Amino acid sequence: MKTKILLAAATAGVMFAGSVLASTLDDVRARGKLNCIINTGLAGFAAPDDKGKWTGFDVDFCRAVAAATLGDADKVNYTTATGKTRFTKLAAGEGEILSRNTTWTFSRDVDLSQTFVGVSYYDGQGFMVPKALGVKSAKGLDGASVCIQTGTTTELNLAEFFAGNGMKYNPVPIETNAEAQELYKAGRCDVYTTDASGLYATMSSFDKPGDHMVLPEIVSKEPLGPVVRHGDDQWADIVAWTLRAMMAGEELNITSSNVKSLAAKDNKNKEINRLLGKDPLQGLSKLGLSADWAVQVISQVGNYEEVFEKNLGMSTPLKIARGANQLYRDGGLFYIPPIK
Amino acid sequence: MSLETYKPGSYPNLPPPAGTVGVYGWLKNNLFSSVSNSLLTILSVILLYYLIDSIIGWFFFDAVFDADSKIECRKINDGACWAVITRRVGQFVYGFYPEAERWRIDLTFYTMFFAFAPLLYPDLPKRKWLLWFSGIYPIFAFVLINGGFFGLPKIEYSLFGGFMLTVILGVSGIVCSLPIGILLALGRQSKLTVVRTLSVCFIEFMRGVPLITLLFVASSMLNYFMPPGTNFSILVRVIIMFTFFSAAYIAEVIRGGIQAIPKGQYEAADALGLNYWQTTRFITLPQALKISIPGIVNTFIGLYKDTTLVVVIGLLDPLGIGRAALADTKWNGLSTETYLFVALFFFISCFAMSRYSLWLENKLNTENK
Repeated sequence: MKTKILLAAATAGVMFAGSVLASTLDDVRARGKLNCIINTGLAGFAAPDDKGKWTGFDVDFCRAVAAATLGDADKVNYTTATGKTRFTKLAAGEGEILSRNTTWTFSRDVDLSQTFVGVSYYDGQGFMVPKALGVKSAKGLDGASVCIQTGTTTELNLAEFFAGNGMKYNPVPIETNAEAQELYKAGRCDVYTTDASGLYATMSSFDKPGDHMVLPEIVSKEPLGPVVRHGDDQWADIVAWTLRAMMAGEELNITSSNVKSLAAKDNKNKEINRLLGKDPLQGLSKLGLSADWAVQVISQVGNYEEVFEKNLGMSTPLKIARGANQLYRDGGLFYIPPIK
Repeated sequence: MSLETYKPGSYPNLPPPAGTVGVYGWLKNNLFSSVSNSLLTILSVILLYYLIDSIIGWFFFDAVFDADSKIECRKINDGACWAVITRRVGQFVYGFYPEAERWRIDLTFYTMFFAFAPLLYPDLPKRKWLLWFSGIYPIFAFVLINGGFFGLPKIEYSLFGGFMLTVILGVSGIVCSLPIGILLALGRQSKLTVVRTLSVCFIEFMRGVPLITLLFVASSMLNYFMPPGTNFSILVRVIIMFTFFSAAYIAEVIRGGIQAIPKGQYEAADALGLNYWQTTRFITLPQALKISIPGIVNTFIGLYKDTTLVVVIGLLDPLGIGRAALADTKWNGLSTETYLFVALFFFISCFAMSRYSLWLENKLNTENK
């Protein structure tokens, strides 16, 4: 009997798996919590503090979406996922957002039926060397031994870069970042290559970070951003505009400390009024968000600059420069559509 | 005249010659019996001194037990920075289980000993009463840990982690897999074709697939067969996979035990007119299980350690908690301390299991080898 029920349930599951029963926003509101899929631990992006509270750049984005949809940034359930399980967890509905330093690529976007809503961090593969090696540019790495994680896109990028410049290298294959740290510290490889943010995280763990440097060349494009499932455009818009609201906050100089006072008064810049709910923003009701959604995001989590500086910036051990991750007016790549 | 004889016992026993007994004798015989041996001894002592001095120093004397971050640690002393453990010991034990509710885990853990004692020690006084408790313990534990009943708040599985997760996975896997394994072993020996074929297929499939594959199936594939939103917790899925996997191995271990029983035993049972179940209950299993104890415990220890594999599907067991701690910029780079601590925990649990199995073997030893 039990088997029959199970079978029936399984069949029904397969039949309904494709159709959306209720909107994602309704699910989240009914539950009162946002389910967010994050990294099991990556310095600056997602890590639990001593109290067991998750912090980091990716985590703060989950909090921002919770603030926009539920009005409370703390109403998030975090589900951890590895690189291998993250997409199936999202597809299986274990989370509404995948915020796990995920590179936006064609096949992930199209083939895996998910929607990348934007780029929250422009990463790229770089090289770390000890300063004692005396190399100032990646072009001078001919003949070096390189620690490289196997089975990743970085492996291919490395081969392409060296072949393209007519140089040779000895690969030292490794499995995890922790292993790479040990080998690099022990001098088994001259160079360690992975995404630049990972290099800074690794460097910050050394006893003397000043003895090492990341070379200026970045040899690949790694646009990282939050991902949602295909099929619910309303939800994708909510997540996308939450990210843009944080960037707009930086552009319009709205910070977590002044957002409340700006929201209370009539500003000369009407875009601030529209973003903060003073003036009507046409179509907001279609998103199902309340008028103060952006106020909640910026007051509880902060604008993009605050989140970046808090988790990755110069005041943290990672000391990552803004680089491409700043507004277009400052020489970065963030150019957000107008809020009107 | 009388002939002087040395009858045994008629004279007092003389002590052995000086220099062959006591500390001095032992040293002389074992450490300084020749010139080369003496040299080796001295050399070893010097080596040991330097080794132990630096290791003990790193572990204890130069170690820092409380600090705010790795940088603080390094400012205080240059030994091990155990602060990463002491500051996060709650996380290592309970994962992200809410602090206010952790008494539930403690209670479950301590009562577990009462539930297991009557099963593990047959001579316990009041055993019958305790056995009742063992029977209801799984429900008791589930209600306490999971919550959702009797006003206990429900705790999301994603908050489970640390040693608590290892113990939950390990103990439920071990407890569930033993009966299933016994049934499978009997099924494999059965004269009924259907039962035998099913048992063989199950055992061979489970043994033929790596555990990590089964875990990926549990974490990803099963979801596709369930309707979206079905809350079939990943923890349950993983426990089921662990149970099936270890049941297949247990079945083979017990089959070995069953086959080691001399044929005369069955024939005697048949001659006495015992039916299949009576033979199994009174003749086969008691002897087979006794023979298989080392193999069974071996499988259990393997299963227990294999629980760390859940880290690949994103569950935070002690190893996962350790890695997450290392990802905190405050503690980044203290991998030695973290992994040693996790290793210590596993060593203690596995060593206890292995000691228990030795004790049980001696107790059940009827000297008919």
